[in-house]
Amino acid sequence: MHPATTPRDTRSDTRLLAVDRDTGAVRDGDIADLPALLRRGDLLVVNDAATLPGSLHARTKDDQPVELRLTGAPDGDTVRAVVFGAGDWRTPTERRPPPPPLRPGDLLHLVASPDGHVLKHLSHAPATPADTSTTPAPSAAPSEHVPEDLSPTPGPVAPMSPVPSDLSAVTATVLAVDPRTPRLVQLRFSVRGAALWAALYRLGRPVQYSYLGASLALWSVQTAFAARPWAAEMPSAARPLAWSTLLALRRAGVGVAALTHAAGLSSTGDPALDAALPLPERYDLPAATIAEIHTTRARGGRIIAVGTTVVRALEGCVDAHGELRPGPGETDLVLSADFVPRVIDGLLTGMHDPSESHFHLLRAFAGEAVLLTAWRHANAEAYLQHEFGDATLLIRDLAA
Amino acid sequence: MQTTSTISTALITGAGRGLGRALARQLAARGVKLVLVARSRVDLDAVVAEIQAAGGEAHALVADVADKQSVFPVAHQAAALVGPIDLLVHNASSLGPTPLRLLLDSECEDLDAVLATNLVGPFRLSKVIVGSMALRGRGVVVHISSDAAVEAYPTWGFYSLAKAGLDHLSRIWAAELAGTGVRVLSVDPGEMDTAMHAAAIPEADPATLADPAAVARKILVMLDDPARAPSGSRQSAASWEVA
Repeated sequence: MHPATTPRDTRSDTRLLAVDRDTGAVRDGDIADLPALLRRGDLLVVNDAATLPGSLHARTKDDQPVELRLTGAPDGDTVRAVVFGAGDWRTPTERRPPPPPLRPGDLLHLVASPDGHVLKHLSHAPATPADTSTTPAPSAAPSEHVPEDLSPTPGPVAPMSPVPSDLSAVTATVLAVDPRTPRLVQLRFSVRGAALWAALYRLGRPVQYSYLGASLALWSVQTAFAARPWAAEMPSAARPLAWSTLLALRRAGVGVAALTHAAGLSSTGDPALDAALPLPERYDLPAATIAEIHTTRARGGRIIAVGTTVVRALEGCVDAHGELRPGPGETDLVLSADFVPRVIDGLLTGMHDPSESHFHLLRAFAGEAVLLTAWRHANAEAYLQHEFGDATLLIRDLAA
Repeated sequence: MQTTSTISTALITGAGRGLGRALARQLAARGVKLVLVARSRVDLDAVVAEIQAAGGEAHALVADVADKQSVFPVAHQAAALVGPIDLLVHNASSLGPTPLRLLLDSECEDLDAVLATNLVGPFRLSKVIVGSMALRGRGVVVHISSDAAVEAYPTWGFYSLAKAGLDHLSRIWAAELAGTGVRVLSVDPGEMDTAMHAAAIPEADPATLADPAAVARKILVMLDDPARAPSGSRQSAASWEVA
């Protein structure tokens, strides 16, 4: 199957392959057919995490370039990251050189992405005449490379402001290196709160892979309802859902409910690390969503997860507590062929072929024969895969 | 429909001064967690310090609402800092060049700039935030308008055009979001004693102008009265009395 190599401008220009998980019957269509394929009383559950600008470039104290890919949103001032040596997304991850050896205590200086785009920022915009005389000179203009050796601003920072006036002077200290692989590290940033978020959004870019044709804009990797930026990679199964489709679903009596799940990195190119994925991920499950799930089940409706991140959050929660519990949590649930879902009846996902580990996760929702039949059909019909590709709906009782 | 008792988070643009600052202080006093956006860090830091000193929670985001590149960063940083946004107040606004001038004496580029701040920017920010409101079935969007949106005052052309567009944007949002639980209002605050008013009409007697804090109190009352201020409606602060 071919990958989609560029984001589609119009969400609803996405093909949808509907598959009956028991009979293997398939039906070709597009994403706007969802309301017709589902029944009044069914419930879609989506992941409303926004996608982080989680790829950051940095220099070591010996001036070696590294790329950091955050595995999720920072918790206070700390974050877990996968470190790559020189280069960027254009090189397949498995061919990226390893980073220079890192030890606890090592300092990394965040720098502008080599793609050159730096978000315009206004922290130096003079607000009053008095301010201009005491503000340090503005740092690099947009598109200029920010020097890596800027020392923390010595200038007069107002006591109530935690924000250094030069956001590019943010550093990250290595707190720990994972015993499984030297590429996985725990970092502590030199700033937190609004100052940290401002730095991430000014210097970071979305994580992306080498099959794409061009550098991604932040808005290309967001769903139509994204809120908190918790996801290291886009919860891509929900990307094709335009509001025209969502409102049509609700008019048809199909519920749409939300949870937030910190989708992690899908691939690192490091066999030891890839074998350990997915790492534990946090989620937040609203009480309102749990109520909708119970109502749906009570009246015989189907619960359809939009993406495997929703499966991890819901089934992980039940797995850990024996029931759905509202609020924040963390899951280390790993889906596999013999996993039996307790909450979810169906799945809206991307197109996955048998060479991907993701294909095997789908075994929790359909037998191998059904999945292979669907895959052969999708291949013959030239469906596209990966995060900007087409969609698959795996459900019971697919309408004829 | 949401009222201030169920609003737990808010994002206010143009929050460094005037009405935005007054709204921020009053919402913070009711326990709403705030993200404040403005171009000037100095102004924002002062408001944040004031709110924190009073025991409230507020975060400063320095950004220009007219800048397309800032839209997703502002929306997502806000949600990262306080959670999904329940109340979005589009208060930032530009008069264009002052002293105000006739259309025949105005530059076309200045129209682009005024529309970017007063109309296109609010649309873009709503587009990114309202989706999460509609998904969760709760949220309020407030557009700060002006009587210049309705009356044709000479020399107020660009500002008036943008505010007229903003009023209509409110109505279209409300029509499209009917049934989702998201309420969209347009509010004419009336003439207030603010830096913006002084730039537009330097000769005005401040004693004849409303205190932004009084107008902010009226807006909170509107938020609490969805029956009288339903989604899609345009409200004038002058017709609301606050005890």
